[in-house]
Amino acid sequence: MNDSRKRLINGNQAIAAAAIDAGCRYYFSYPITPQSEIPEYLSLHLPEVGGTFLQAESEIASINMVLGASAAGARAMTSSSGPGISLKQEGLSYMAADELPALIVNISRTGPGLGGIAASQGDYFQATKGGGHGDYRIIVLAPSSVQEMYDLTIKGFDLADTYRTPVMILADSVLGQMKESVVMGGRKKSTPTKKDWALTGCEGRSPSIIKSLYLDGDKSSEHNRKLFEKYQRIQKNEVICELNRCKDADLILIAFGSAARIAKTSIETAREKGIKVGMLRPITLFPFPNQQVRDISTNIKDILVVEQNTGQMVEDVLISASENARVTFYGKPSGNVLEAEEILCQIERCMNKVGT
Amino acid sequence: MKQVFKRPESLRDVSFHFCPGCHHGIIHRLVAEAIDRLRIRTKTIGIASVGCSVFLYDYFDTDVCEAPHGRAPAVATGVKRVHKDRIVFAFQGDGDLAAIGTSEIIHAANRGENITVIFVNNTVYGMTGGQMAPTTMLGQHTTTTPRGRSFLGDGYPLKVSELLATLEGCSFVARVAVNNPANVRRARKMILKAFEMQVNNMGFSFVEVLSACPTNWKMTPLDALKRVDNELIPYFPLKVFREKTIPDKL
Repeated sequence: MNDSRKRLINGNQAIAAAAIDAGCRYYFSYPITPQSEIPEYLSLHLPEVGGTFLQAESEIASINMVLGASAAGARAMTSSSGPGISLKQEGLSYMAADELPALIVNISRTGPGLGGIAASQGDYFQATKGGGHGDYRIIVLAPSSVQEMYDLTIKGFDLADTYRTPVMILADSVLGQMKESVVMGGRKKSTPTKKDWALTGCEGRSPSIIKSLYLDGDKSSEHNRKLFEKYQRIQKNEVICELNRCKDADLILIAFGSAARIAKTSIETAREKGIKVGMLRPITLFPFPNQQVRDISTNIKDILVVEQNTGQMVEDVLISASENARVTFYGKPSGNVLEAEEILCQIERCMNKVGT
Repeated sequence: MKQVFKRPESLRDVSFHFCPGCHHGIIHRLVAEAIDRLRIRTKTIGIASVGCSVFLYDYFDTDVCEAPHGRAPAVATGVKRVHKDRIVFAFQGDGDLAAIGTSEIIHAANRGENITVIFVNNTVYGMTGGQMAPTTMLGQHTTTTPRGRSFLGDGYPLKVSELLATLEGCSFVARVAVNNPANVRRARKMILKAFEMQVNNMGFSFVEVLSACPTNWKMTPLDALKRVDNELIPYFPLKVFREKTIPDKL
């Protein structure tokens, strides 16, 4: 049966619809702008498929409900935005340590503090470097279109189950509020994996324990090494990035998410002007495409990093780029959204330097 | 020969790590007895909290999930929403439940989550070395109230059972003590009742247990038993604060 369907919906709704298509039946969250369409969609549609929607008393409670549902073996999800994601970091650290899968959506907004509700990529560090206390990482997926909001949500649940780790969708209000046509369903179904570690009551087996406390030095080291080896496997196997018009390029623009989306327009305009610029777009932010950046910067020395923040992903580009690469950074502090013209301006400035 | 006393099946055959005179061991046993009595060991999932109670998984022969500090009722909510036919209980101390976890406990109770919470109130943060808890008595000396708890600045000891009893979502709220055989027998009954409420889908059930902490009270175990009678019970009365009636035919 082909249940493929095409809909004109916004990015937040695409994530919510994808969660249901991915078999997620437990969603816990606390209200915050600009992700409201996710809880609103799921409060209406999750009960229709026998699922549970629970509006929690706090961000902290909601992530801990996700922890409990995940420990019980279910696909579970929460969503929030910057300030709420900060509050969830406690739970994320525990879930990483407990090796519990779940999908966490950050439709990020301007920060720090209460900030504002405009688009921002200021949560890159928090998302990709662990975020909470302790030595851990979570997988971070950065969609750049409404279709990707849908597709990466489904992929996120699969990755979470495969690696037993929290996975984050890092987007912003541009992607959350933007409406595009999305093809939903119709693909190979995402199926939750068998979870023999889940807590179900110990009928017919010995009791299972999910915990993160290791007071014994050897056991603590062993546990942290196990997590580290998992992150190495993820870095080896799960990098996704898009290369666009790079073959003949003199300049490579590196951007993710909404910044990449806006920069695509700038690149088209630059190409019309005869400027040969291509794009490398990291889709997984952790694992970061270190090798891909290194490879491309070996051939094409000029790199322009564009972000809707004052410089975060650029640090990962700098440690990945080849020694001879010339990396230029253009960051727009969050508040006002990046414009295609200003990125074009930066492309032209870089090209003036090329060959000098 | 007739066996008159044995370890409950729901407890593992290991020694408790608790300090001499601590009541955690007795409370563990009473919970295990309730689980045995209702024959629910293999469908029970325990939620361990942070503090002396974290080692729940070392003692209970059931599935156990550890919760972050104060979050046990939220974790229990997540587990129970997935497994509505399993029995989920949280085991929390007073720092965990009555300070950092006040939000989680009040809202789980108010939603009438069909879970059971055992609340161990020993008027002190035990594991971290005896700091003031929300339940510390006025005048009580702790490592962070070296001049004794004063209501000016520190507030009054929090009466959690009384607070929760006002919430419609609660099926059962009681306070018990385990400092003498009569109180232990009553506590056994109340803890069993709390689990029965859950088994009968009556909603949130809660038992507060006044517990001795001789180490941090800097008392002998015997003096600690007396303190429960003389200081704690007059302020924290032993009482059933709320009890819904289980219909005969469910």
